[in-house]
Amino acid sequence: MNLTLKIWRQKDATSQGKIVDYQVKGIEGDMSFLEMLDVLNEELISKGEEPVVFDHDCREGICGACSLQINGEPHGPDRLVTTCQLHMRKFNDGDTIYIEPFRAKAFPVVKDLMVDRSAFDRIQHAGGYISVNTSGNTIDANAIPVNKDDADDAFAAATCIGCGACVAACKNASAMLFTSAKVSQFALLPQGQVEATDRVLAMVNQMDEEGFGNCTNTGACEIECPKGISLENIARMNREYLKASMKG
Amino acid sequence: MGGLIKSSIARKVAMALSGLFLVFFLLQHFTINFTSIFSADVFNELSHFMGTNPVVQFALQPVLIFGVVFHFVMGFVLEIKNRNARAVKYAKYSGGANASWMSRNMIYSGLVTLAFLGLHFYDFWIPEMIHKYVEFAPEDPTRYYPELLHKFVSPVRTGLYVVSFVFLALHLWHGFASSFQSVGFNNKYSVAATKFAKAFAIVIPLGFIIVALVLHLNHNH
Repeated sequence: MNLTLKIWRQKDATSQGKIVDYQVKGIEGDMSFLEMLDVLNEELISKGEEPVVFDHDCREGICGACSLQINGEPHGPDRLVTTCQLHMRKFNDGDTIYIEPFRAKAFPVVKDLMVDRSAFDRIQHAGGYISVNTSGNTIDANAIPVNKDDADDAFAAATCIGCGACVAACKNASAMLFTSAKVSQFALLPQGQVEATDRVLAMVNQMDEEGFGNCTNTGACEIECPKGISLENIARMNREYLKASMKG
Repeated sequence: MGGLIKSSIARKVAMALSGLFLVFFLLQHFTINFTSIFSADVFNELSHFMGTNPVVQFALQPVLIFGVVFHFVMGFVLEIKNRNARAVKYAKYSGGANASWMSRNMIYSGLVTLAFLGLHFYDFWIPEMIHKYVEFAPEDPTRYYPELLHKFVSPVRTGLYVVSFVFLALHLWHGFASSFQSVGFNNKYSVAATKFAKAFAIVIPLGFIIVALVLHLNHNH
């Protein structure tokens, strides 16, 4: 298929960017979206032009590196997939496709379609861990009984790959789905209780400091999340936060 | 405490609680209004009670006004913060693909409701305050129904009320159900509560529309 691509080009973090039109020909339906961009970049390089910069790594939907706002939706029109898993068969011959970086003040553009998502790392560093003595005295995690439903919910929350689609989809550029998944995966387990109060306060505080918007429960994040992280996590984080605030 | 005031979650919960408070007020307001289409006497009696009871006038009324002002001021504060969180807008943004129109346009349905409140205060609350606390007019317990009927003579005013209630329904459709999520209530039990909230969002504004239309037609017959 032949496509018209409208791609955000931006030289560096401080330059003004703009949408530039490109034509790509002979795209197969079995190609992934990133392979389609590879085809474009090969052409640009052969013409001596600067290739389009975009994030990617594992190309199998588990690393969270790829991003891209495709036709107004993070990771494109398909559901429960990352951009690297999005196939070109989801598009039609002659389509025009807008390709933009994930937009948020807290995700500044580095170059073209690549954004700096280290705000997520800082939220994680603020409390997204448990302190365990691993100096030869590690206790088997299975020694503590865990309710099966809680274990399943914790695991579901832990599938968040931190790609930032929730922020990109949200009209408020809110990071509550990401933060709540990271809070929940510990809050649901006995091992996470020890630091529960400090964790939720510190992570929410860091999230606010990074300049993300406020959640207004539109639910766009849940729909666009490639891992299907549930809004129940945000409700849980709200409960955890209120409980922690009372405790101090 | 300073951290709590600035916290995104605390603000979200405050927005939800003030909204829930206004929902209760709306139900009470609707119940009294609804009596007006069945019995002028009952409406007069209830209005007289609300208009002269010192607890309602000097305790509940200030709380209500604070609740309304808090809800819309916080709404504006959050809207500005949220707009600033995405300085560069998308060239193409498919908001409708993943979220309802109501949830994405709370600021506009809220602004229409706020403008309506301005009209409603001009129509009823300000004349009432002047009548009671500026002119100190003697109380006539039968005055409420004729005053109400008089306001709905104009088809333009009746039309403005009807349109405003449609926007109120749009605002409640997302806002009421969403407040459960904000206070942390999202589990297998919240499904029924959400359904109730959606029904409330339709039934109560529809009831207000029926009251406005019946009063308008009553006067013309």
